[in-house]
Amino acid sequence: MPRTKENAYEEFVKGLWRDNPVFVQVLGMCPMLAVTNSAINAIAMGLATFFVLVGSSLLVSSLRRWIPKQIRISCYIIIIATFVTVTDFTLQALVPKVHKELGAFIPLIVANCMILGRQEAFAAKHSVRLAVIDALGMASGFMFALFTLGAVREILGEGALFGVSLFGADFEPWIIMILPPGGFLTLGLLLLFFSWVKERKQQMIARLAEAEGEAQ
Amino acid sequence: MSDLVWIFVSALLINNFVLSYFLGLCPFLGVSSRLDTAFRLGLANIFVMLITAFCAWFLNTYILIHAPYLRLISFIVVIASTVQFIEMVIKKLSPALFRALGIFLPLITTNCAILGLAIFATNRGYGLLEGMVFALGAGAGFTLALVLMAGLREEVEMATEVPALIRGTAMNLIIAGILSMAFMGFAGLFSST
Repeated sequence: MPRTKENAYEEFVKGLWRDNPVFVQVLGMCPMLAVTNSAINAIAMGLATFFVLVGSSLLVSSLRRWIPKQIRISCYIIIIATFVTVTDFTLQALVPKVHKELGAFIPLIVANCMILGRQEAFAAKHSVRLAVIDALGMASGFMFALFTLGAVREILGEGALFGVSLFGADFEPWIIMILPPGGFLTLGLLLLFFSWVKERKQQMIARLAEAEGEAQ
Repeated sequence: MSDLVWIFVSALLINNFVLSYFLGLCPFLGVSSRLDTAFRLGLANIFVMLITAFCAWFLNTYILIHAPYLRLISFIVVIASTVQFIEMVIKKLSPALFRALGIFLPLITTNCAILGLAIFATNRGYGLLEGMVFALGAGAGFTLALVLMAGLREEVEMATEVPALIRGTAMNLIIAGILSMAFMGFAGLFSST
């Protein structure tokens, strides 16, 4: 079945905004909240997840004819765990400092339900090309969410971004934001903001439709 | 002895798995709408954690010495098969308990708190006894957080003042944030020693 270019574009973009894994589907929260106390950690985690998700989507969709249906979840888990192990050792060898800061949360990417969810919901049913595009979109969306959260928390919690001070010495950092409660609060408020924006948009559409109805 | 007490209290309160390590958030947000189901899920979790701690110790001591790069894969496989196995055993031995646990038992496989427990215990080099105490503390901490959350959510559900916009995940996360702030107070427990 030939697919058009628009379709592939659509699969990529949906992960960024409309079906954003974090802000809309609320998946993959565990690694997400734990490592986003600074923007740089968030990006490192995002890149690691990016690699694992794209790699496993590629492998799962190329093997989809040979994976028996009954044990498919175990097969996916083993494929994901292999990629995570590769990531873990690579990070340890190349950037030991980042690896130390992320600590146990790199191996825990295995338990990120967003990754398993994409294999089950998309990669297992689509061609290799579409599966990779979908994975790229979802992973970019995840990285975007991680970065937003990490940046907000670092700016408020330390008055800095990427370690560069933003507000000068007079700024009193909100220590709470880089501690665990800050993660919950920031994500809660961000979700609230997104649902507010969505409701505003719906109200606007409703009002426009009403106005059009009256004009006719 | 005091070491064991410290490991237990630390896993239970100070470094609570849910509220300060962010592990097991999916069941924490998903299954915390009713008090009794939350409590039962917590108990099932303690049970699986104890068995996982034992398995992790066994694997680490006897098998993974020879192949450390297989650690993650073997943990995942062992946890998944253990949960499956426990499910079968409970179904055979005590159908009543099986019915009580219901869907929560298989769901535990995908709970990152279990895998996190195995990884933390390995990284910190815990022995068998320490590992078991750690599992008990972490499981009890998970249950505590889940039950507190469920109680709060049941209350908030009743409140009519809450605007519709904030209901759902956003509010649950904010409640969790406030709970987590309260738990930070426990960090002072051991500062003098």
